[in-house]
Amino acid sequence: MHPVTNVHYMVLSVALLLVGTIGVLTRRNIVIILMSIELILNAVNINLVAFSHHFGDVHGQVFAIFVIAVAAAETTVALGILIALFRNKETVLADEVDLLKW
Amino acid sequence: MPASLFPPYEDLLRILPEIVLTIAGTLVMVLEPALRPERKRLLGGIAIAGLLVALWGTAVANLFRGPAFHQMVVVDGFATFFRALVIVVGILAVLCSIHYLQRERPDSGEYYALVLFSVVGQSVMAAANELIMIFIGLEISSIATYVLAGYLRDDRRNNESAIKYFLLGSFATAFLLYGIAWIYGAAGTTNLVEIRRVLSTPELAPPRFLVGVSAALMFVGFAFKVSAAPFQVWAPDVYQGAPAPVTAFMSAGPKAAAFAIFLRVYMTAFEPISNRWEPVVWLSALATMFVGNFAALLQNNIKRLLAYSSIAHAGYVMVAVSAHSEIGTAAAMFYLAAYAFMNVGAFAVVTHFARQGEKYVDVDDLAGLGHRQPVTAALFSIFLLSLIGIPLTGGFFGKFYIFKAALEAKLYWLTVIGLLNSAVAAYYYLRILVVMYFHEPGEAAQTVSPVAPGVKIALWASAAGTLLLGIFPSVILDFADRSAALMK
Amino acid sequence: MDVPLFLIFAAIAVACGVNVVVQRHPITSAISLIGVMGSLAALYLLLGGEFIAAVQVVVYAGAIMVLFVFVIMLLNAGAEGRSGRSWPVRLLGIPFLVLLLGLLSFVVQAYAPKTDRVVFGAFTSGGPRDIGKLLFTEYLLPFELTSVLILIAIAGAVVLARKEID
Repeated sequence: MHPVTNVHYMVLSVALLLVGTIGVLTRRNIVIILMSIELILNAVNINLVAFSHHFGDVHGQVFAIFVIAVAAAETTVALGILIALFRNKETVLADEVDLLKW
Repeated sequence: MPASLFPPYEDLLRILPEIVLTIAGTLVMVLEPALRPERKRLLGGIAIAGLLVALWGTAVANLFRGPAFHQMVVVDGFATFFRALVIVVGILAVLCSIHYLQRERPDSGEYYALVLFSVVGQSVMAAANELIMIFIGLEISSIATYVLAGYLRDDRRNNESAIKYFLLGSFATAFLLYGIAWIYGAAGTTNLVEIRRVLSTPELAPPRFLVGVSAALMFVGFAFKVSAAPFQVWAPDVYQGAPAPVTAFMSAGPKAAAFAIFLRVYMTAFEPISNRWEPVVWLSALATMFVGNFAALLQNNIKRLLAYSSIAHAGYVMVAVSAHSEIGTAAAMFYLAAYAFMNVGAFAVVTHFARQGEKYVDVDDLAGLGHRQPVTAALFSIFLLSLIGIPLTGGFFGKFYIFKAALEAKLYWLTVIGLLNSAVAAYYYLRILVVMYFHEPGEAAQTVSPVAPGVKIALWASAAGTLLLGIFPSVILDFADRSAALMK
Repeated sequence: MDVPLFLIFAAIAVACGVNVVVQRHPITSAISLIGVMGSLAALYLLLGGEFIAAVQVVVYAGAIMVLFVFVIMLLNAGAEGRSGRSWPVRLLGIPFLVLLLGLLSFVVQAYAPKTDRVVFGAFTSGGPRDIGKLLFTEYLLPFELTSVLILIAIAGAVVLARKEID
């Protein structure tokens, strides 16, 4: 059988990047946009871990751990902002956030 | 515990400003619950004290030049310049904020901690020598700024500003990260100097195309952070919606720090493939100047107008970057310093004039300010004239050095277009001056209150900085020149 | 054994990823995202990243996703209505995406550095011992700075979302 190479992992990463980008660009629900951004960050991590395996060093994996930590911090703040928005406006749809012109 | 785990003392001294700022920020957070709302302005004092000590710390760190923490950061002239710049912007922003915050949200003092932490991030960016430090510094600075943009959480404009800033900002950061992952895959390292070494060694060099793709992905992230076209769409909305002192802060500090990492990455790591990124930066500079200046012509909200003007100024700095030379780097550094003073000064006037709930933020509201508060109006005029680029102001020499660098790099078209753009820009700045001096005082100017002490200090300091850079430019320029040469 | 494992988990990851984006109701998206996280954790194990696989499950699937679900419940956000995009756009969009995916995969395939094969167990230095060692020596400064970042996140979330207690 054809062996799995790191290129396969990178193709998977590109696929998740694309799906995430489409989600960010087409969805209106801010929560789903946030999840799409998480998908992109996961795509980054696949690349980092696959390259780490390729070079046989752990630096890529350590970088991926930092990415996860930062993603957690980002999500916390994003959801805080979203709750503040929801209190004043009762919406989580991006196109209804229109007080300032986009 | 093995002694080797503890970093050497010189390393700690090299990150002294970050240590000081983190301690000050933590102190603010610890004291915050203990103070009654009317005493919370004390926290502003602590923040300023912390920033001043950090400024001293920057000078101390500058005595111990060199890499620290396993090449994670490097203290050189470039780092010191940008560290000092972002700390000064932090001081000015806090000065503008004290009265504003007392008026709009007196119950909460975490604001100052967030400003301090944001400056920590920017200071890290200034000294970063590793992609991971660039990423962490950028995130610290950005996340703190997202929160600050939405700080008045009962104001819908603030909510919208924060959510837009966050969504577009983290989307751009994700692309930056994707680029970082690729360059790690291509070069096998995330250290900027190492990447440069790998890229410039023919037998090690990875496929140019792959490196070009990573550089392009990282460009998306950087261009977003400096609000360069085509990733500038967020800036007007976010600047308009955020509290005025926060806008002052984020249009100067994070932007300068973002340019610092942009310059460092492209002038060191990607320097061997400069022929690939130069045209991209060239195009982006061109588009940024046009979008900023022509959209600013149509604005009536003064925060939005200054937001577009800030985009246009990013365009001028991009011209200096695309010159891709030491004098280009020095010109960009000088311009960012001049821009910080004049822009923070202009936003300080907006902060002062806007009043409760930011009621008066239209250009027409300024009618007659020249008669009511001649001193404030005069200081505002200095900032506006500097933004136009009139001689004797920092803005003039900034533009002069940038276009000189562009000419030496044979970017004739860009220089001509940049000069034409500056002429267009003069129109909307002069319009503010005309409204201020030649229109009858309206309701807004009639009811204007005396300038709060903090804002007053910020105004005078910014004006002093603007004029100092305009009359004795060599003070800063010599330092910038030497630092730009040290980047190699 | 490696090939079927990779194929299964990669297929689950992509399917769940697509599901995150196409679902109308955010809670369904959240559950699908957990599916992505879980299958990626398995893939990290195949790549020799033991520690990162654990972190992926504990932090991502465990903490971040719980936060998401919590906020979806708190905001009580229902399904979103259909957006006004017309059918031709959708019909053109799908082939365009497949094309783009093909193009990018080609670029990756042609230019990315290649290893011969990824075999489970070939790379073993991704355990907690190796990662911990690096975090406290070479990556000490970013590690400490991450604590500043998390402090900001806590303070920021509290500042923005806390209800006033009078």
